[in-house]
Amino acid sequence: MTLTASQAPTTTAAPAVEARNVHVRLGASHILRGVDLRVERGEVVALLGANGSGKSTLVRTLVGVLPASEGDVRLLGSPLRAPRGGRRAGAGQVAWDKIGYVPQRVSAGGGVPSTAEEVVASGLLHAHRLWLPRGWRDVARAALDLVGLADRADHPTHLLSGGQQQRVLIARALVRKPELLVLDEPVAGVDRPSQEAFAATMSSLVAEGLTVLVVLHELGELAPLVTRAVVLRHGRVVHDGAPPRPHGAHDAVGHDHVHPHEPAPTDDHGLADGPFPGREARS
Amino acid sequence: MSTILAELGFMLTDPFMQRALLAALLVGVSAPVVGTYLVQRRLSLLGDGIGHVALTGVALGWLVGAGLGLVPDDVLAVPGAVVTAVVGSVLIEVVRRRGRTSGDLALAIMFYGGIAGGVLLIGLAGGSSGNLMSYLFGSISTVSDTDLVLTVVLCALILLVGLGLRAALFSVSHDEEFAVASGLPAWALNMAVAVVAALTVTVAMRVVGLLLVSALMIVPVAIGQVVTHSFRRTMLVASVVGMTVCLVGLGITYWNDLSPGATIVVLAIGVYVVVALGRPLVARRRPTGDPHPDIPDDVELARTASGVRGGARPNGTDEECVA
Repeated sequence: MTLTASQAPTTTAAPAVEARNVHVRLGASHILRGVDLRVERGEVVALLGANGSGKSTLVRTLVGVLPASEGDVRLLGSPLRAPRGGRRAGAGQVAWDKIGYVPQRVSAGGGVPSTAEEVVASGLLHAHRLWLPRGWRDVARAALDLVGLADRADHPTHLLSGGQQQRVLIARALVRKPELLVLDEPVAGVDRPSQEAFAATMSSLVAEGLTVLVVLHELGELAPLVTRAVVLRHGRVVHDGAPPRPHGAHDAVGHDHVHPHEPAPTDDHGLADGPFPGREARS
Repeated sequence: MSTILAELGFMLTDPFMQRALLAALLVGVSAPVVGTYLVQRRLSLLGDGIGHVALTGVALGWLVGAGLGLVPDDVLAVPGAVVTAVVGSVLIEVVRRRGRTSGDLALAIMFYGGIAGGVLLIGLAGGSSGNLMSYLFGSISTVSDTDLVLTVVLCALILLVGLGLRAALFSVSHDEEFAVASGLPAWALNMAVAVVAALTVTVAMRVVGLLLVSALMIVPVAIGQVVTHSFRRTMLVASVVGMTVCLVGLGITYWNDLSPGATIVVLAIGVYVVVALGRPLVARRRPTGDPHPDIPDDVELARTASGVRGGARPNGTDEECVA
């Protein structure tokens, strides 16, 4: 069962993501300060940067979770916000059924337990579909199969391991057969074999034309797939181009990267400039 | 045996009892449906908060009815409760969304404001707080035809929204951020839950009383969670349990002079205790072995590559295990 979007790119050659001069203010802090980002169809763009550089804020703004205080975002050619006075984020005519989003945190549990299949099936709903389609179980199981959890479909999500829960969330984004996949640190806290499996899944999807924007701490197993890297620092884009080479053995197989959330002692991405390499968790 | 059947037949042919049983059945089915969403959003006490607000509505309806010279005085009490409960729950949702006040604090203010307002207004209407007792503790034995029609209509509405929009309400209650990023109308769905919760409180008011409304919405869900791990099945079990305890509880009070509301709630809690204690004894242990063992594929299958390695490898890192 094929789960990706049709290979043929949409007739309009509009970029998958087009953000212009995006500013985001949350309370008093000015988190994004004029970010421009363009992701063409078929690209795999890694969004890199230290903790607090604004990576998550940027992707959450791009998918409409956070409102941009300034600037424009277009997804698959459609404006994120309604053209005039649309205050609410998420309005507009975006083709939500072609966009898959994997949030950063593992949001396994509400107060009521739910099975992996039920969580994945919720990915079938979008702006234009409030009811589950016929045959949703098969589609949900196929998506779970794609992330290697077919046998866990009936398991309660909150009892799965952290890495498995993360994969459930990835399946939830894939179940609608997206053309654009936006992932926020999909491999944080996931063991290396699972990362390899994830990279293998991604590469087959990318080969079929999936566009990917992925927030990462380090390129890791995804390095061969990444066509371009965008590095954020202090809420601004400081690098946009070839993926930067990581420092030394930091990224090599066998490197024991115990906890990716600790402030790195050196700049992760081999960019030598910047007064506070690797410790920018301020804004 | 025949006497029991005769007694049952007698109960079922009693027109008062027929109305009461129908109301109890409808409320027993619908209250846990809404309760499931409230528990999922960790707003178990929301029903209680709305119940307190509805008390002000009852008194307000009474005041207006008395002012207009309607007979009986409390003919507007239930409509007043419906309107006030809806307004109150929408307010709670708005306050919760704006994030200025925590939902917890907003609820507390509603609780006390609702009770105080009710007692104050009923005094102004020329009644005493004693008049509120039947609303606080239920009065199912005096369900009139008008009440029954209102109950049927509201329950139909509750079930229509609660079951019809189940997938969307599940999505927004489970992970609001993802729902928003899917373009779902999260705001409208949240409001739908709030309004439906308010309607549930007002229809359940007749059966168990405002003080015990929340129990009828929440306790069956607690029972459902013990016996199943799926959201849909939890809702189903809760609904069946809710209906059963309502009918059985009401039946008990037909022969024994007990408060129907209290009997129903005590019964529900009793079922919960029995199920929670009994569950470990009868639970089938899930097979611990992986039914799909991790055998490396010997064929080049790009799609299933993920299933090979990552299958059953637990990797518990700190924060994910909290749930």
